[in-house]
Amino acid sequence: MTTLTGLANLAENAGPRPVPWRRMAWVTWRQHRSALGGVAVFLGAFAGYLWLSGLAMHHAYATECHSGGALACGDFTGRYGTTAILVSIFLQAVPALIGAFVGAPVLAREMESGTFRYAWTQGIGRWRWTLGRLVPVAVVVAAAAGAFSVLFSWYDQPFVAAGYAIPFSTRVFDLTGVAFAAWTLAAFAIGALAGMLIRRVVPAIAATLAGYAGLALTAGLFLREHYLTPLVTSELNLPGSPWAVSQWYTKDGTFAFPARGSQLVDAVSRLCPGSLGVRGGSTIPPAQCLSQHGYTQWTSYQPGSRFWTCQWIEGGWLLALSVLLIAATVWVVRSRAA
Amino acid sequence: MNVVEARGLGKRYGSTWALRDCSLAIPAGHVVALVGPNGAGKSTLLNLVVGLAAPSAGIVTVLGGRPAGSPAALDNIAFVAQDTPLYGNLSAADMLHLTRNLNRRFDQPYAQARLTELGIPPRRRAGKLSGGQQAQLALTLALARRPRLLVLDEPVAMLDPVARHDFMATVLSAAAEDGVSVVLSSHVLAELERVADHLILLSRGRVQVAGDVDDLLARHRVLTGPTAEADRYAQGPVVHLRRGGAQAHLLVRAGADDPVPPGWEAHPVGLEELALAYLREPDAGALPGPDRSGNTVLTEVAK
Repeated sequence: MTTLTGLANLAENAGPRPVPWRRMAWVTWRQHRSALGGVAVFLGAFAGYLWLSGLAMHHAYATECHSGGALACGDFTGRYGTTAILVSIFLQAVPALIGAFVGAPVLAREMESGTFRYAWTQGIGRWRWTLGRLVPVAVVVAAAAGAFSVLFSWYDQPFVAAGYAIPFSTRVFDLTGVAFAAWTLAAFAIGALAGMLIRRVVPAIAATLAGYAGLALTAGLFLREHYLTPLVTSELNLPGSPWAVSQWYTKDGTFAFPARGSQLVDAVSRLCPGSLGVRGGSTIPPAQCLSQHGYTQWTSYQPGSRFWTCQWIEGGWLLALSVLLIAATVWVVRSRAA
Repeated sequence: MNVVEARGLGKRYGSTWALRDCSLAIPAGHVVALVGPNGAGKSTLLNLVVGLAAPSAGIVTVLGGRPAGSPAALDNIAFVAQDTPLYGNLSAADMLHLTRNLNRRFDQPYAQARLTELGIPPRRRAGKLSGGQQAQLALTLALARRPRLLVLDEPVAMLDPVARHDFMATVLSAAAEDGVSVVLSSHVLAELERVADHLILLSRGRVQVAGDVDDLLARHRVLTGPTAEADRYAQGPVVHLRRGGAQAHLLVRAGADDPVPPGWEAHPVGLEELALAYLREPDAGALPGPDRSGNTVLTEVAK
């Protein structure tokens, strides 16, 4: 009898059938439709601009660059280059803005206004509420960003085709492929966790911007070149559109100096003064001149064919990081003492 | 069945104990008033009961042994927090829809009928409602969940007398008609007698008094007599001494049949007077307070 009662108690304590996710999805939609609507209008307007400007640019590229030769193409990049750079700078900020203005308030506003005391005592339970709120919004912003990066890749394509941009460049790598969606997702997850830890909207927004900027800079400046071991070559002309990670010179098999900075300038001005562009001197490029003096130029590089592999690596670790951050957020919600 | 059971329950924020060594049992089917001065630990205790806070010490279970905050507990407990937080930018109708989607049960016809009855326009945003209407909306959302236990944290503190009366009338009819157990915290003592049939008095993070109201009233009475003789009874089971010129009033733990000292008169005590006396007691150093064994007796009564 005691055993039976115990089992009955256990069954009851295990909990009733939980509230379906579908209903939580409605709640999330109802509470975030204005934020998501804002993102949609903002990205939509920008997409419209990219579309129109991209059409004009593609047309100009097709008529001038293809038929007109290098001179006309220089004119083309002169006319559209600045805009394209501004567009990419602006796009770099989009994940940060989504993290700050969609991610950070998701939980911080509940904490700040006290409505968490309503939300967390409903029958659905705390952690289901949190997950049901974070995941749909995360998926929507990541999908929107993914669509946007497809549009941007199309927009930027003439520059790549004309050889003025390489897919690996820091300007476009994280705006194309899967990276843009992954960065947006990570920014949202950073915002959500910061909001839950800080519990106030404005400081959480600031923390999200700082955290995202730190991560993006670290990845762009230090991590990306190490995704795959760079190839090393002494060829002066690299095939395809590779990303030169670093260059240096050797003499007699030992390291001489890096291919940048004062040491290079010293060496070139000492050995090949003409190649620095002094009037009347020889016009041999410095690399060629230095090789005549027994120096070998080495380049470590990521070949253009590795673009998608690096995209998936970056997308992969960002996805893993985002999952981890969202799991941490749910854990903080569950264990937080009110 | 006990709707709330706590053993050695404590909650610490930093190095300060907001609630300490709290053991109590609240039987089902009562309207329980949780009384105490500001900072006594009322909100802390309620937060522990609804699972918003986790205990630093001891355990708390609800509705017959379910861990506080577990899905099985939340499914049957409705909580209206202090200042009745609602989403200010959602309409009253949206708040209903929201709450319906966040719970397994929701009595939509009841909730809509209540809104009509209260004159709350369904399209009006919750943030634009008056304080009384917001409190009523929050209570409606809670009751439409058809809970077995309704927990209210300072529900009427911000309301004017009319709104306060209407609010408590709704709570009482839910308790009487649907058998909902109610635990409400308040530092407004005036209406307690009309509302509560069970009292828990918290002071400085500890339970000071717990018991059935009728029982408590039957076990206490006020003795009125000459002030000069008051000190003679200071060794007895005196809770509180109030000197008023020639006359002194003693609240003592004594039954109706206990002998009255010559020259003194015995009166029954009201709930407000009783609560006040106990609330004043920790600072009334001239007389010994109720000993701990007295508390235990009262706590045992509750079980």
